Amino acid sequence: MTNSWTDIRNTDLVIIMGGNAAEAHPCGFKWVTEAKANRGAKLIVVDPRYTRSASVSDFYAPIRQGTDIAFLLGVINYCIQNDKVQWQYVKAFTNAAYVVKDGFAYKDGLFTGYDENKRDYDRSTWEYEIGPDGFAVVDETLQNPRCVWNLLKAHVAAYTPEMVERICGTPKDKFLKVAQMIAECSSPTKTMTSMYALGWTQHSKGSQNIRSMAMLQLILGNIGVRGGGMNALRGHSNIQGLTDVGLMSNLLPGYLNIPVERETDLATYMSSRAFKPLRPNQTSYWQNYKKFFVSFQKAMWGGAATAENDFAYNFLPKLDVPAYDVLRTFEMMHQGKVNGYFCQGFNPLLAFPNRQKITESLSKLKWLVTMDPLETETSRFWENHGEYNNVNSASIQTEVIQLPSTCFAEDDGSLTNSGRWLQWHWAGGTPPGEAKHDTWIMAQIHRRLRALYEKEGGAFPDPILNLTWNYKDPGEPSPEELAKEINGYAVETLYDPADPTKVVLEKGKQVVNFSVLRDDGTTACGCWIYSGCFNEAGNNMARRDNSDPDDTGAYLNWTFAWPLNRRILYNRASADLQGNPWDPTRKLIAWDGTKWSGYDVPDIAPNAKPDVVGPFIMNQEGVSRLFARGLMRDGPFPVHYEPFEAPIANVIAPKIRGNPVARIFQSDVPQFATSEEFPYAATSYRLTEHFHYWTKHNRVNATLQPEFFVEISEQLAAEKGIAHGSWVRVWSKRGEVKAKAVVTKRIKPLICDGKPVHVVGIPLHWGFTGQARKGWGPNSLTPFVGDANIETPEYKAFLVNIEPTTAPATV
Amino acid sequence: MNVELSRRGFLKAAGVGVAGTTIGAFGFAELEAAHAAAIRPFKLANTMETRNTCPYCSVACGIIMYSKGDLRKGETAEILHIEGDADHPTNRGTLCPKGAALKDFVKAETRLKYPMIRKPGSDKFERVSWDQALDRIARLMKDDRDANFIAANAAGVPVNRWTTVGFLAASATTNETAYLTYKVVRSTGIVAFDNQARV
Repeated sequence: MTNSWTDIRNTDLVIIMGGNAAEAHPCGFKWVTEAKANRGAKLIVVDPRYTRSASVSDFYAPIRQGTDIAFLLGVINYCIQNDKVQWQYVKAFTNAAYVVKDGFAYKDGLFTGYDENKRDYDRSTWEYEIGPDGFAVVDETLQNPRCVWNLLKAHVAAYTPEMVERICGTPKDKFLKVAQMIAECSSPTKTMTSMYALGWTQHSKGSQNIRSMAMLQLILGNIGVRGGGMNALRGHSNIQGLTDVGLMSNLLPGYLNIPVERETDLATYMSSRAFKPLRPNQTSYWQNYKKFFVSFQKAMWGGAATAENDFAYNFLPKLDVPAYDVLRTFEMMHQGKVNGYFCQGFNPLLAFPNRQKITESLSKLKWLVTMDPLETETSRFWENHGEYNNVNSASIQTEVIQLPSTCFAEDDGSLTNSGRWLQWHWAGGTPPGEAKHDTWIMAQIHRRLRALYEKEGGAFPDPILNLTWNYKDPGEPSPEELAKEINGYAVETLYDPADPTKVVLEKGKQVVNFSVLRDDGTTACGCWIYSGCFNEAGNNMARRDNSDPDDTGAYLNWTFAWPLNRRILYNRASADLQGNPWDPTRKLIAWDGTKWSGYDVPDIAPNAKPDVVGPFIMNQEGVSRLFARGLMRDGPFPVHYEPFEAPIANVIAPKIRGNPVARIFQSDVPQFATSEEFPYAATSYRLTEHFHYWTKHNRVNATLQPEFFVEISEQLAAEKGIAHGSWVRVWSKRGEVKAKAVVTKRIKPLICDGKPVHVVGIPLHWGFTGQARKGWGPNSLTPFVGDANIETPEYKAFLVNIEPTTAPATV
Repeated sequence: MNVELSRRGFLKAAGVGVAGTTIGAFGFAELEAAHAAAIRPFKLANTMETRNTCPYCSVACGIIMYSKGDLRKGETAEILHIEGDADHPTNRGTLCPKGAALKDFVKAETRLKYPMIRKPGSDKFERVSWDQALDRIARLMKDDRDANFIAANAAGVPVNRWTTVGFLAASATTNETAYLTYKVVRSTGIVAFDNQARV
């Protein structure tokens, strides 16, 4: 989230699209209700199903899953055609005026530079024209036909209300009503907030779904303001934290990158990370990259990371592919190229697409280690459960080690919520049996592995032997010790560069925040964006002052928000070029002639003049990007692409299947279906009563929603002779499930490109362990393909068939 | 615990003040005493209160856990009840149907209690000790890493990649666990490293 849950109270219009907050985030949705009751805010829901969010909306519009980009580009087109643009914001705070290089073009669904064989672009033309002064060329009059604004205008012109109806199945009058409600928020004193979740991410163009809305929000001037923003409703309690701390194949903590092979040394690695400002006087905060990187290396390897050895640069792995993401890893496993695998609180047998492939892959492992507080299907993938897990145990040669871990109620530590608040919690219960903290388990694995390397030697033991491990109890580092390491500390006494006699920080003390980190090895910091969470003032994540002066929703003294306790990102953009709030009733920060101050921690240098320094300090331009340059693999502007399995051809570009640069493995291609074989458009979702595959272990939740079902319209039920509550078989080209049919008015057939499209809804909470009845998840059916930029699997749009059947044999 | 005066304690203290002044002034002292005597003692009055947050979605509602026994005194603590934290700015005491049933997660019959090993081809788990399980894991890791570690690429550039073992991290562990996990996993050269944010 750019904003926070409690900030939603400040909005005028909520759009829920790509999510279903009332059911999946009920207590956060309460702030939508507050905004409606206290501000007269309106709620729009755009979804294939009439969800419980829709049931309390002011306006609901149906949409076919996987067509959000067409809808959103249609709204952008509407705003441009009807002059519903926050012009001052767009001109000053976006790259609308930047001139794009000659040679860049878009035609028939593709941008310049496409290579069909590589399924990739040469993105060299997707850049600004650079002037003789070394800065990007801009035309503030917006007259240049090659400025971003004019290119955008031309790009979205195809997405007329008629085209939106043809692609999305949203009736034109409903689309126009939504567009008109949204367009009103182009006023500087009206704000819309976007609340989205996995309904947008789980597509082969998920990143561009989100970009489309971000662009719309910029055109309306809704980023950086109270009641606005792009608000990703993260699915799990600490999925934000795990990502921030960089537990991804290609990341270091704090969104730094793991090197790639061509970055042979630190100098080469840094050469593409200079982040020189692209316009005069801009901040370009990533210029500090090296300070964060070196401080991380010092946290990892302490004295073994020296200036002479590039701060142990070679201790890090270097990637030969963009990432060993989970789809690539399971493809490798399927090919027999992976021997061992760890699952820490993760249940891939039900969480990764094409379950048959996942079962086959796990069966090829020599060993599997699981750590979880609960039984998981993954740890028992080798166990026969009849139709629900039809495997031959004797033929599976994988050794499985199942380790019992503690749950939330039994450990101390912080979780990062969707609004970037790091909230500390405390243990209140004794773990059952011999269950152990994850910190203990990880420490034990490291200590034992290290001991083996000490005794026996072996392959490059240096990064293991030199790993910083100065914990009071080496067998179990305490959460406080780890939090302090994440925050960072002075490795040597720090002196003021302007006055070397002045001590800034004594050796061993906690840094106040990342502003004092250095690139010479004198500071250490585990995760720079979290720095400030546990400094000399103590554990700021444990702060519990819930006061909120003037009821802004900021709660600055409640726990700690990254970065620097800032509650709304880009908040400098809440004020105009003189530094006055766009909306005086929703002041966030303001310029008093010498400095910025207000209700939030300013997202700008305190003395940065409002008419000189742009608000988007992380970008080299100082402004936000309507045109993404070469930073997205699939285009500087979003394009409507159909899902890989779609009920109609792409009407914008009929020859293109799916996202043209999404990675596909050849072995999966035969399993992509066409609408002739599989006519129905399926999607997956959560229910209020369950959380993934956890709550089926709980008596209460298992009672509330005891068994697997699928949801279909009355029309489809009539066509197929399916009675409400009867058994159906749903199958795709990859597998099948059996479920009770819920015949509902909540789903209605859509007319897309002149053809009726039936939607099949498949909730995701059942398996073969726990207290609920046995069932399946949608991953038995879904295709093995991910988003072109980040490889999130396409769970939200795929094709199935359906027919009446009989009950599965009970096991 | 970072709470100077517990909410319940505060209410208790405030309640005494009210009873001693207002009720007394209205002359209800006897009636009040009889009424108070008839009320069953509050079940949670002698429990330890601990602040926590819900482990499910990213709203991260504040919760209060009530337990018999105090972990901080080295006692065994059994959680008896979990409810929403009214002081929390986001949820203000409310919980959804999942959060309201959190105690069932803590006490689920399928909570894991002991390390187990399933041998190749077997149809069952067998209990082992932690030492057996952890020594086995370290040995399996070491043997595979020594056999398959890629120290350098064809051009002789150090790449320090271990691609034959992967690690999937969680979505509900603490940042502190995440950081420690990062250190342990990255120091081995594992590159097939992801968390649930990928899906």
